[in-house]
Amino acid sequence: MKGKNLVSITDFSKDEYLRILNIAADFEKNPNQKLLNDHVVASLFFEPSTRTRLSFETAANRLGARVVGFSDSGSTSVKKGESLKDTIIMVSGYADIIVMRHPREGAARWASEVSSVPVINAGDGANQHPSQCLLDMYSILQTQGTLDNLNIAFIGDLKYGRTVHSLVQAMCNFNATFHLVSPEQLKLPSSSKMHIKNNKLEYHQYTELADIMPIADIVYMTRIQQERFSDPLEYEKVKNSYVLTKSMLEGCKPNMKILHPLPRINEISEDVDETPQAFYFKQAENGVYVRQALLAAIAGVK
Amino acid sequence: MNKDQRHLNVTAIENGTVIDHIPANNVFKVLHILNLENNKNQVLFGDNLDSRKYGKKGIIKVSNTYFDANEINKIALVAPTATFIGIKNFEVVSKKQVEVPDQIKSIVKCFNPNCITNVENVPSLFTVVDKEQMKLLCHYCEKITVKNNIIFV
Ligand SMILES: [Zn+2]
Repeated sequence: MKGKNLVSITDFSKDEYLRILNIAADFEKNPNQKLLNDHVVASLFFEPSTRTRLSFETAANRLGARVVGFSDSGSTSVKKGESLKDTIIMVSGYADIIVMRHPREGAARWASEVSSVPVINAGDGANQHPSQCLLDMYSILQTQGTLDNLNIAFIGDLKYGRTVHSLVQAMCNFNATFHLVSPEQLKLPSSSKMHIKNNKLEYHQYTELADIMPIADIVYMTRIQQERFSDPLEYEKVKNSYVLTKSMLEGCKPNMKILHPLPRINEISEDVDETPQAFYFKQAENGVYVRQALLAAIAGVK
Repeated sequence: MNKDQRHLNVTAIENGTVIDHIPANNVFKVLHILNLENNKNQVLFGDNLDSRKYGKKGIIKVSNTYFDANEINKIALVAPTATFIGIKNFEVVSKKQVEVPDQIKSIVKCFNPNCITNVENVPSLFTVVDKEQMKLLCHYCEKITVKNNIIFV
C-alpha cells in the first residue's frame, strides 16, 4: 500500500481493508510506535471538522510524525484565491503525506492527481470519507469477531449520509444483509441499492425502528439534519421518530452493538450510553488506531 | 433531394473527410467538439438538409483532415448516427461509424454544482456507465450525469 492514495473506499481492495484493520489492531495494543519520526504529515482542512482533524493529528503524533497545516482555509492563501492545484503542489513539496478535508466533491481526487505525495481524503463535500468507513468496519469486526454474514441496520438519514453509502459499499464484500430504517424522504439512494443487488445481497426497508431490534447485529444510527427538509413541519414530524432509547433495547441480540459517526444530537438518548450495546465512543477512539494504520501503511513502514 | 444538395453531399472534396448523417441542428456542436472552428483547412457545412434516412440532417466537409477513432467517438453524445467518410483523390477510402466511448474527457460539464470540476479549472472526466441511456459517472464527485442534464463545456 506504500505510496497509495485513499480517496474513495473503492480505491482499496477487500484484502487491503483487512490489512488495514489488522495493523489497526496492533496499534490498539501498542499505540505509541514512533515509526514516522522523520515524516511530515500535512493536515489541510479547507473547512473545519474538529473531530476528524483531531483524530488524524493524534494518529500522526502517536507515530512520531510532525504535523503542519491549517484547520480552516479562512486564514490561508486559499482565501486570497489560490487554486487548489497550486496549494497542493506547494504542500506536496513540503510534506510526505497529505490529509485533506474540502467542501467540494471530487477535491481529494483532483488533489491526488496533482500531488507528488500520497493523499488521504478526510471528507470531500457529500462524497467520500473513507477513513470513517474503515473505522466503522474495524468497530464491527471488533464487536462481532467477524465481518462476514452480519445483519446490519442503518437508521435515520440514509439519503444524504455519506458514511452510510460508503459502509454499504464496503460491507457488500462480506455477505451482509442490510436493514434500512428511514423516513420516506430520506431513503437509501438507488445507486446504493443497485450496489447491493449487483452483489446479489438482500436489503429490507422499514419505517419503524422497533422492527429491526430483534434481528440486527449492528445498529448504525445517523443524525437527521434539519437542512435536509424544505418544510420545517416535516422535519418536526420525523425527527423524534428515530430516537433510540434504553427501553427499546429489550429483546435485542446479545451481540448487538450501536454505532454512530458522531456528533449525535438527540437520536440516541443518553440513557443508552451506559448499556453494553453502546459502542459509539469506543468507535471514535478506534478512529485513531485506524488512521495510524493508514498513515503507517501508506508511508510504507507497516 | 435537389441537385445542389447532392452536390454538397458527395463532390468537391479532393482529400479530407465528409461527416455525414449528423442529426439536424447539431452541426455546430460537432464543429465545436472537433475543434473545427480553429481548423486552417477549408471547412464546408450544411444543416437541415433533406435526408432519406433521417428526414433532416447536417453534413460537414473538411479538406486535408482525417480523424482517428478517438476523435470520432468524441461526438457520440451529439451525433451517434454520424458517418466519417475518408476521401483521397476524390475517392472514398474509408467509412467509420461513431461508437460511444468508455470515457468522455473535457467536453461535458458535470451536473453537480458542488463538483470540483465546476469550481476550479479541472478538465471534466466521465466513465460511461450506461451506453444506451447515456449515464456518465463523474471521475471526481462520483455522481451520475444523465442524458437530459448533459451540457457541453
Ligand atoms: Zn462531478
